[in-house]
Parts: sequence; structure tokens; C-alpha cells
Amino acid sequence: MSYELSHLEALEAESIFIIREVAAELDRPVLLFSGGKDSAVMLHLAVKAFWPAPLPFPLMHVDTGHNFPEVIQYRDERVAELGARIIVASVQEAIDAGKVTEEKGPRASRNRLQTQPLLEAIEKNGFNAVFGGARRDEEKARAKERVYSFRDEFGQWDPKNQRPELWALYNGRHRRGEHLRVFPLSNWTELDIWQYIGRENVALPSIYYTHRREVFRRDGMLMAWSPFMSMMPGETVTTETVRFRTVGDMTCTACVPSTASTVEQVIAEVTASRVTERGASRADDKFSETAMEDRKREGYF
Amino acid sequence: MELLRFATAGSVDDGKSTLIGRLLYDTKSILEDQLAAVERTSHARGDEYVNLALLLDGLKAEREQGITIDVAYRYFSTVKRKFIIADTPGHLQYTRNMVTGASTADLALILVDARKGVLEQTRRHAFIASLLRVPHLVLCVNKMDLVDFDQGIFDRIREEFRQFSMKLDVTDLSFIPISALGGDNVVTRSEKMPWYQGPTLLHHLENVHIASDRDLIHLRFPVQGVIRPASAKKFHDYRAYSGQLLGGVMRPGDEVMVMPSGFTTRIKSLELAGKPLTEAFPPMSVNVSLEEELDISRGDMLCRPGNPPTASQDIDAMVTWLSDTTQLSTGSRLAIKHTTRMARAMVKQLHYRLDVNTLHRDDQTPGLKLNEVGRVTLRTTVPLFFDEYRRNRSTGSFILVDEGTNATVGAGMINGPAVDR
Repeated sequence: MSYELSHLEALEAESIFIIREVAAELDRPVLLFSGGKDSAVMLHLAVKAFWPAPLPFPLMHVDTGHNFPEVIQYRDERVAELGARIIVASVQEAIDAGKVTEEKGPRASRNRLQTQPLLEAIEKNGFNAVFGGARRDEEKARAKERVYSFRDEFGQWDPKNQRPELWALYNGRHRRGEHLRVFPLSNWTELDIWQYIGRENVALPSIYYTHRREVFRRDGMLMAWSPFMSMMPGETVTTETVRFRTVGDMTCTACVPSTASTVEQVIAEVTASRVTERGASRADDKFSETAMEDRKREGYF
Repeated sequence: MELLRFATAGSVDDGKSTLIGRLLYDTKSILEDQLAAVERTSHARGDEYVNLALLLDGLKAEREQGITIDVAYRYFSTVKRKFIIADTPGHLQYTRNMVTGASTADLALILVDARKGVLEQTRRHAFIASLLRVPHLVLCVNKMDLVDFDQGIFDRIREEFRQFSMKLDVTDLSFIPISALGGDNVVTRSEKMPWYQGPTLLHHLENVHIASDRDLIHLRFPVQGVIRPASAKKFHDYRAYSGQLLGGVMRPGDEVMVMPSGFTTRIKSLELAGKPLTEAFPPMSVNVSLEEELDISRGDMLCRPGNPPTASQDIDAMVTWLSDTTQLSTGSRLAIKHTTRMARAMVKQLHYRLDVNTLHRDDQTPGLKLNEVGRVTLRTTVPLFFDEYRRNRSTGSFILVDEGTNATVGAGMINGPAVDR
């Protein structure tokens, strides 16, 4: 036999190594699980890393209150199946308590409001390592972020002062109150994720595959109609055959026309696509050239 | 499909960003919305053409100042391979960034401007690639269009670099004449250089033989953790050691020795997530169960009784210093991370600083500053189980961490156990 790993096997081995390394060196990790495809793959890898032992850390979901019901249902099924513990940090509660202020206007989104409840839950639970499913191919600021990304006591990321990261020797040392964000999927691309979902039969929320949905067109994107959206003059709701390439808050995640009902069909579609997944479906990145970097500096995912 | 990681070195002036932009563009890895964003920024800056280099600068400060601050990782794939590019900036904090990018690279790509030839920077990049033991080195002579695709110029640069590289430890060296701007010999073969018979850059990246770069002889399995689901009834007696193979091949039934205890036993089974494996090899992450119950914990290492790694507390190593606020000098005390082992280390002696441009040894140096490379003897609180870095880049490397600030301040490559000198 040849002693070569395929790219998926090599990526899996690297991610499992990273997850195990964090669990060995940091005493209070937590895994961010939104129910999106990247966090689904990350959770799948974490389960594989420790099997047959149970997952040695809890999950956390930052709930904007504007979720796709299919995603919440998927989240709850997956958590029950694993017998895992999940902490839900609520944006609605933060709004009700006056800790954050809801944005106004038809483009209002709770996306940016997630940072405060996220940081508060990290602090309250004393988590010192927070696994996130972000990938470097997603966005240009993320392309520069470390696998172990250090956050100060305010949860801030300082892109100009990152720790050098050499070989597979990760440095998880920190002081009390500081923490690390850890990105085991750093080197995966959207296509890798889908190929792996196919290879491992990873279950996903149904909205990643084709379905009929009420949508309307805004800023060149197909937004899902929901009671959380306020329409602007000239916008009309139609029913289209679509799927989601990314899943986030309902107010800032758009869908794409698609008839792909299987992983193979999605892979064919992703391969042929001439637009990135965030470009196709994320209104939150379109505020400015540096929208992601600005949010990350504040402590966002 | 195999994975190839490569690091690029050079400055904006060499056309490095243009070359990467070209590779991504011609392999259709740049998508329309990314191109549109670059066009917008190019237009706003008043550039006369779509500046593909802008694709690579991710941070606000980089775009504002037109400089590259940090290592950026890029991804593309062809039908043959998936590629990870560690794109390291040429000027600011060059050594620190290139060392970082090169540490995991299978191949280093160094750019030379055909009009300027081999510069001090070229020699520095080549030295770092050889220090980090990047197995394959490619010198791309760029901007051939500006020298009328002249074979004489290419040959002269190739000869000069070859002479210099003989002083280094470079095992596989290739030379490719290109024009990143026009795409000559990047993805498609140039019609303007019929005198060049070699492969295009992409063809080389797709076909360079990397499978034999890994050591399949010397078993090295540092234990990451113990998996013992005592509470789960079904797996009450399950006990396995988790880790990633850094060398050698393991099979059930093989005899193994545990470092540091020296006990030997046999491998009972290999698996990952319940799937049994008949064999495991680098860089697989697996669970290893052993025939006998031994006292084994994180930081220990499994090897073969016949060829164990060196176990020593006294280590001779080359160190690159990465901190801009402190220096490394004789007497420095630091935390050290080597494989899955964490310990403390004292610098017994800083022997010399190596000038990365001239390779001159300065043995009068009081301390290593940011981006400097030197040879040290370290004493560690516990033995480390290591190989020479030239034999195994994973068991031969370590990082040094400042115990006050927790910053990663040094990168080390082991020469061997220290002997009294």
C-alpha cells in the first residue's frame, strides 16, 4: 500500500490533533455550535477525536432569536443524540437587559449584537478555549488569523500582535480572564467541508438542500422572508426553489437558487460557482471592506 | 488528491503577490465577488490596472499602507493536488514571518527579479528555507518579459544562485523563468522562451515528489492523551493512547517501547472513532491500545525498541528569536514546548549569532534580538525525546515561550544532544 493520505484525511488528522491538544492543555474548553455546516463538521471531528469517551467539553450556541426553525431543530436533535451539554447565550436577553441595543431600519440585523452575549457567557463560565468553525478561505481577515487566536481580557483580537505559530507546536498559555479562540478548520475550504460531509455522512439542517421558500430580492441577494424582516418599498415576496450556502441569523443570511438535493449535487454546484459563499449569502460582510476585521477585533467569532 | 503546503518569499517588488494572484486566477480560484472587491479598491487607489496583489492583503492597515504585515494563508486546488500557500511578506519582520511559513512547508518558492538578479534578500530567503529544512526549493526568475526573455540572463542568475546554494543544505533545487504579469510559464507554457525545456511552475507544484519526504522507518508517536471512558458501561475496559504519528509505521502486533520508562509491550489495536486500522503512518491521528497496562501519560513517546529517539536534558540547537521586546542570552529561562511535552529550559550558553545574509558567525554577541538566528545549548527540567531536526522536522523542533508574557519568543531546531565543549 502507499503511505499517502488524501487531502481530506490529512485535514482530518490535523483538526483532530488540534482538538485533542486543546483538551489536553486547557482545562475549560467549549465548542461553538450554531447548527451551520462548519460547526457540524467541527463537532463531528470532536466526537471522533475522543470516541468512545464522551465529548470532554460542552457546546455553546449564541442564539440571536432570529434563527431558522430547521436549524434549531437540528441543533437540539444533535445535542440529544450525543448526550452533550449545551449553553445557550441569548441575544434577546441581552436586549431585554439593556446590554445591547437593537439596530433600527429595514436592514437591522442582530448579527453584530452576538459579541456581547458571547463574551459574557465565556466570562461567566470561565471558558479559556473556545472552538470556532471559521475557515481561512472564507474571508480575507480570517486568512491572517492563527489556529490558536489569543484574546485579551476584553475578548479583543489584535491582528498586528499575533503569536507566531510554528510547526504543530501550539501555544495555549494565557492569564486568568484571557482566552483563546481555536479554529480547527482553519485549513479547510468550502469544497473540503462538503466533500467531507459526503464522505462521513454528516447530517445537516434541511435548508442546506433545495426547498421552496418565500423570498425577496435585496442588494442582489435572495433574502428569506420572515416576520423579522421589514420590507422596503418596491420589494416583493415570491416563492422560489433555493438552498442556503451559509446559515446565520435570518436577517443577514441569503439563499441561492438551487435544485441540489444531495451532497453530490451541492458539490457540483459549489465547484461551478463563480461567487464565494460569503459573497453570495452574507449581508453582514457588505457594510464595508473591513466589516469582518472590525467585528473580530471586538470579539466576534 | 494529495495536499502540498508551500511558502512564498519575496517582496512586492519581486512580483510575488502578482504571481500568487496569477496562480489563483489562472486556476480559477478567484471568484467574481473577490475580483469585484479588488477592482473597487484598485479604482479607489487610482491604480491603472486591476491590482491582483490586493487580493492578498487582508487587514485594514495593510490596505491603507500598501504593506503586508503577516503571514496569510491561501488555498487553491487542481485536479491533482490541493495547495496551501503560506504567503510571507518580504520586508517587515521578514525572518519571523518566513520561519513561521516555512516551518510547515513542503516546498519554498523564492522570487528573483530578472533585472536585479540574486540579492541579499534572495540569499536570506534561501538560507531560512534551508535552516527550516524545507525539502524542495524553487527559484522563480520573474519579470523575464522586462529582459526580452533572454536565456543568458536566466542562466547567469541560475549559476550564481547554484554557487551560493552549495554552502547551504538544499536537497532539491529547481529554476523556472517566468513572467507573473503575463502568465508565462506559471500555469501555461510560454511561447516566448522556447529555450526553456522544464515544467511550468504549476506543473512542478503538481508533480514534485513529496511522499518520500516523511520518515517511515523510525516510529515516533508522542502521546497526546489517554482515552479511558470509564463511565460508559460498554467501554468500561477501554484504554487507548491518542496522538498523531510523527514517524514510522505502526501495525497491531508490533513491539513498542515506551519512553521514558523503557518498558516494552505490543500494539493490541489501532483505530480511530471505532474504525479499526491495519496500519497507521504519518501524519495520521489515531488511538493506540497496548497489550499490557503500563503507566503512560501525555508527553511520553512510543517508539521501536531498536531505534529510540535521543533522550536528553542537554540540547544543542539553532534558535530563531521572534520577540521584539526581549533578547535571548546565556542564562535566559523560558518555557519550552517539544512534541506534546511542556517543560522549562535554561540557556546554558549562547555560542554565536549567525548572520543570515553572510553566514558569518559572531561569537561575541551578547544576545539574540528579533529576527536573529543563533546556536545555543539548552538544559531542560525533564528529558526531551528528540531526533536531529534534519532527520525529523516534527521531533526535532521546539518553541520557546516567555513565562512572563506567555508570548512565543523562539523557534528551535535541534542539532543533537549537547556535548561538553
